[in-house]
Amino acid sequence: MSLFDDLKKSVFFQVPAGMATTLKHVFKPPITIRYPDVKRPVRYRYKGRHHLRRYDNGLEKCIGCSLCAAACPADAIFVEASENTDEERYSPGERYASTYEINMLRCIFCGYCEDACPTEAIQLGHDYELAYYDRASAIYTKGMLIDMPINGMPSTPRQTEPGVFTQSIPDMEDPK
Amino acid sequence: MGVEQKLGDLGVVTHRLEDLVNWGRTNAMWPMLFGLACCAIEMMDTQASHYDGSRFGMELMRPSPRQSDLMIVAGRVSRKMAPVLRRLYEQMPDPKWVIAMGDCASCGGIFNNYAIVQGVDEIVPVDVYIAGCPPRPEGLINGIMTLHEKIRTEGLAHYA
Repeated sequence: MSLFDDLKKSVFFQVPAGMATTLKHVFKPPITIRYPDVKRPVRYRYKGRHHLRRYDNGLEKCIGCSLCAAACPADAIFVEASENTDEERYSPGERYASTYEINMLRCIFCGYCEDACPTEAIQLGHDYELAYYDRASAIYTKGMLIDMPINGMPSTPRQTEPGVFTQSIPDMEDPK
Repeated sequence: MGVEQKLGDLGVVTHRLEDLVNWGRTNAMWPMLFGLACCAIEMMDTQASHYDGSRFGMELMRPSPRQSDLMIVAGRVSRKMAPVLRRLYEQMPDPKWVIAMGDCASCGGIFNNYAIVQGVDEIVPVDVYIAGCPPRPEGLINGIMTLHEKIRTEGLAHYA
């Protein structure tokens, strides 16, 4: 072994070599995301807290069929349906969800409810800030999940013309 | 009507003792290195450079319960692990807090069966529950800040 190899292994070479890496990173901008102030955008298909959607005319998309509750692997969803009337209409068709509850602490955000929904009523949004002081407040009721009607349309329940909203599931476009 | 109004301007800042104690408690809360399942991966990520728990005074994950203030139950707790978790909790010095991170620790989550404890609040008092399977590191930080909010409301009566 030559003298040069010994020198290369000694502290006189190794320590400056290590410190050079440290020094290089001193002048780089930090990669820390200052979370409560700066929020990293989530991906478009990120599955966060649920939303119950509405049609453009303000009626609720959910028809209370409980397919989401059947598809849920964690049994986190509870749906109770009631009958629509033309005097008090919530959603098109015969029935609407009078109770819709999701236990966020049971939900594993898999999106099976979204897949099972025939009217695309339940969708998983981008909200991930879900912390609670007790377990009861983790149960989201229908009023917390449902979106507001857009474009100033009236909310539900509302009075409608007889014989207009007879179809529960709208005509879907052909899959592309 | 505080002391400063009685005494006039002495150049002394007075404040409530609770605020000082709570400031100290919230800004130096060392969590315990205690990962049970997949939530622990996100807990590690919270401490890593992208999210950096030391911004909140969570400088180190202490591997000893004697040196930690906060127990983050990250993952599912089996019936066999439950006495161990209780023992670790009892070894932590007061004041101590517990965060149930993720669905499994909070209420059993998807594992609704005989082998998994249906929520660690069966065995230890939980302060904050965080939903998510697993929660993002942001979700955990949000839970920790929710816990900080809770601690800031505590007064002398809670300290005992």
